[in-house]
Amino acid sequence: MTQSFRLENVGLINRDKKLSFKFNGKTYYGFEGDTLASALIANGVHLVGRSFKYHRPRGFFGAGVDEPYAIVQLYRNGETEPNIKATEQELFEGLEATSVNCWPNVNFDIGAINNFLKIFLPAGFYYKTFMWPKSFWFKVYEPFIRKAAGLGVASIKHDKERYEHKYEYCDLLITGSGPSGLASAYAAAKNGARVILAEDKSRFGGTLLTSEVNIGNKSGKEWAEGIIAELREMPNVTVKNRSQVFGYYDHNMLVMSERISDHLPKTKKFHPKQRLWYIRAKEVLISSGSIERPIVFGNNDTPGVMLSSAAKEYLKVYGVLVGKNPLIFTNNDSGYETAIEFKKNGVDPVILDTRKDPRSEIVDEAKNLGINIKFSYVVVAAHGYKKVKSADIAKISDDKEKLGVVENIRCDCICVSGFWTPTIHLASQSGNKTKFNEDIDAFVPGISKQNETTLGAANGSYTLNETLKSSFKTGHELSKKITNKDNEISFPNVIEKKSTSHDKFWCVPLPQGKNYKRFLDFQNDVAVSDIEIALKEGYRSIEHVKRYTTLGMATDQGKTSNLNGLQLVSKIENKVVPNVGHTTFRPPYTPVSIGAIVGREVGKYSKPTRKSPMHSWHEKNNAVFVDAGVWLRPRYYKQGNENLFEASKREAKNVRTNVGVCDVTTLGKIDIKGPDAAKLLNRVYTNAWLKLPIGKARYGVMLREDGIVMDDGTTTRISENHYHMTTTTAQAANILSHLEYYLQLVWPELNVNVVSTTEQWAGAAIAGPRSRDLLQKLFPNSDVSNEGLPFMGYMEGDLFGVSARIFRISFSGELAYEVNVESDNGNFMWEKIIEAGQEFKIQPYGTEALSTLRIEMGHVAGSELDGRTIPYDNSLEGLLSKKKDFIGKRSLIRKAFTAEDRQKVVGVVPLDKKTSIPEGSHLVKDSNAPLPNPKLGYISASCWSVEHDNPFSLAILKDGKNMIGEKLFVMSPLKNKVIPVEIVSSHYVDPKGERVRS
Amino acid sequence: MLHIKCPHCGMRSQNEFSYGGDASIKRPELGKEISDQDWDNFVYNRKSLRGKHWELWQHISGCRQWIKVERDTSTHEIFNTLKANEDIS
Repeated sequence: MTQSFRLENVGLINRDKKLSFKFNGKTYYGFEGDTLASALIANGVHLVGRSFKYHRPRGFFGAGVDEPYAIVQLYRNGETEPNIKATEQELFEGLEATSVNCWPNVNFDIGAINNFLKIFLPAGFYYKTFMWPKSFWFKVYEPFIRKAAGLGVASIKHDKERYEHKYEYCDLLITGSGPSGLASAYAAAKNGARVILAEDKSRFGGTLLTSEVNIGNKSGKEWAEGIIAELREMPNVTVKNRSQVFGYYDHNMLVMSERISDHLPKTKKFHPKQRLWYIRAKEVLISSGSIERPIVFGNNDTPGVMLSSAAKEYLKVYGVLVGKNPLIFTNNDSGYETAIEFKKNGVDPVILDTRKDPRSEIVDEAKNLGINIKFSYVVVAAHGYKKVKSADIAKISDDKEKLGVVENIRCDCICVSGFWTPTIHLASQSGNKTKFNEDIDAFVPGISKQNETTLGAANGSYTLNETLKSSFKTGHELSKKITNKDNEISFPNVIEKKSTSHDKFWCVPLPQGKNYKRFLDFQNDVAVSDIEIALKEGYRSIEHVKRYTTLGMATDQGKTSNLNGLQLVSKIENKVVPNVGHTTFRPPYTPVSIGAIVGREVGKYSKPTRKSPMHSWHEKNNAVFVDAGVWLRPRYYKQGNENLFEASKREAKNVRTNVGVCDVTTLGKIDIKGPDAAKLLNRVYTNAWLKLPIGKARYGVMLREDGIVMDDGTTTRISENHYHMTTTTAQAANILSHLEYYLQLVWPELNVNVVSTTEQWAGAAIAGPRSRDLLQKLFPNSDVSNEGLPFMGYMEGDLFGVSARIFRISFSGELAYEVNVESDNGNFMWEKIIEAGQEFKIQPYGTEALSTLRIEMGHVAGSELDGRTIPYDNSLEGLLSKKKDFIGKRSLIRKAFTAEDRQKVVGVVPLDKKTSIPEGSHLVKDSNAPLPNPKLGYISASCWSVEHDNPFSLAILKDGKNMIGEKLFVMSPLKNKVIPVEIVSSHYVDPKGERVRS
Repeated sequence: MLHIKCPHCGMRSQNEFSYGGDASIKRPELGKEISDQDWDNFVYNRKSLRGKHWELWQHISGCRQWIKVERDTSTHEIFNTLKANEDIS
């Protein structure tokens, strides 16, 4: 099809660059600079989709962000994207799009049967109909509604595009590059302010691109281009097109989405698709303009009915005629501007003006051009199914209540202008108390809560001269406040046509005997009758009416429907609009892709990945890694075809028989210095710390104030006033904050400094009966005998020229040591340990073997210290000092914490000594008891005991103290397992702790 | 996102801070007798006020100092910030 609705020599498109694109499988052509909408209209295509509820044919209503229903599914670069406004999507070579909300296709849509059933689909239909029978909801109703409704299909594939986040600060953020945006940006920039000017369209200038005005002897468009060119050159100004400021949040934080590649066939290498800007602005100037509002009449959703401003934009920007036989229906002078543009381009429009006798320059011009104008006339209804073919029109009485004789006239489009609604979304989001302006019949921003000022049309100012004057002034004054500069700029001479007031007419009455649908909200298919029903049914608050009827919801956010909806409610309720009030505007103003919100934090980038200095050694030696918080730790080292179970058993066994080495770099480490360090430890740990000698380590437990165990670990006294604390990997950051809290806020008198040294030290745990032999080999000059370095002892040593810290501490229950060196020497240390350990049959072991070792020796860890247990539960009550106070002590005397049958950690062994016990299973007395079966406890950790060669678990069990020897059942409904078990001591290996002291 | 004035570092975004609860809560002195009720009030009972409220924040990704912030919990307006050792007036 040729572009039969394209004009020669009109518009801002690049006719040298012809682009081909596909819509619903058919190939069309457009030009560079087109939107999908303008290119389709150029080809005479007006049917783009089906409406949400009734599946009525829908076309284009607006030309930009105001578009409620021309929403398509886009295919680009092998990806698909729903919810794209055809009026915003710029054309590129090879673009493919399809209609949404219709099946099997847009021309024949089965769902359109809803249109004939519309008397059954009134407001609140879903609430009323789908409630019974209840069982139908999930199986029948919900899947059907899901299929029938919606604005496209989200891709289930991984999005390969890149999205970025950017944080920015500025003095002035200006949202919109129309006359007020440009003028205020220019004035502020000239005054030295750091300015960001954001425009959602690809072209700057807003209404200046389409209006017939003269600024300083230039056309509006030329003036805008000049200003933009100058702003672009200024170092203190950032000018962004294709950038929508969609949310105004607390403390003048605004979020803007920049479409970087959406207008291109393929994202350029190293380019993101979109960028989300978090902008903290000192002042915000809202220059978002206004959106024309419709006049409500019968079948006003027929394709070909559109806003008069949109028709003008298609003509002037894209050189496209929305029709060749246009009918203009207006209650103000704006409709005349559109009519004049048609006339100038050889098309004869007919104007229906609801006003009786308007007098203004623009009306005179239209008259002089010989345009057919009918005063006191209205469109009663549009006719035509997939495109407007004719219109019923009639004279309307002066009181706007009675229609005259209805006549039918031919037309192929109806351009509607019901005056202008300021775009106050951002102002309202910022907390501005909006007020009703009687003159323009719309809400405008009132008292600001944050530092925002609304300018121009968004503030209800519709004359260019006034808008420019106030914008220059505001831009200057606000910047002066920030920069203390006072560079005045001269104000250009403005010539514009004077217009007269609009008619406060917004809805055409139904003619006798006709029951046309008159739509208010085109996106959500809300008609006048729906609101009437809602009010009849007793809904009063506008917020309730909104939710019951869906008026002003979804992605449209009531851009074209809000005020007419309010007019209707106020009319029926016999109130004035300001007393009805408007619903709350919420961000985002326009839809934002989830990809842009997520940014680069996807997959492995969703959190930082921390690796120990020995990571590459682990990799080279077939380590299989596991996420431990943000760390990657070796879970096991695979030999041959081993699986996790076999490998971890081998590694654990080798620790019990020979010697193993484990990377413990990830343990939290906190360096504590100061004369009061011991005092601090004595308060945060439950046991006594004042008398710990230099060169000794001690195990300690920390509680929260509520008595729950927070963390455990060892702390070593390095020198007089210097301690080295270790925490669990998971709690490292919390413990540091915890210590800082008490030092800064509770006991500021303590002279102590704490700092995290987790990353400064690499750690290796050497465990097993041969570990001392190995240590001796590593530190030939140190006395590491049981006397020289006893259990819980500490010394410094020389590891082949590298200074090391040696701790004799054990997590495995074996004779064990931990060696720390500076991180940079971590790999050196590790290789030396492996090398020297060969003769003792050393093997590295991972976290799985580490767990096995600690579970079978009954050493509680994260799965028992789970934020719900007190020291007694973990058999740590021996560490509670009776002599001193400590954090959380007072809570331990609570009744529940001292109950006779209080839960306690126990060991669990299956009676058959074979069946593994799933972690998280419950312990019950009688496996056949009726549900809910009373739970006695739960399995916290399970392993295969290498010492006894059978499964072994730890459990937190009610009255655990008295349960040793009892036979119970482990039940796991998830895994469908019932296992008879015996309760044993949690210390399944070396209960007297002789090995660690050997 | 809130904009919080750290008394040590200046204006910083909320994502550099972590929230720490009611700043008016005083920990009972160590080793002192205290009734169950008073201890409960210290550990558990919080008012969750609507309106002006002194609260603790830690500049966790900054200077790591705990600070006191006077904020309106309904409007998010911040009136004042203090260092840990400065008393709420």
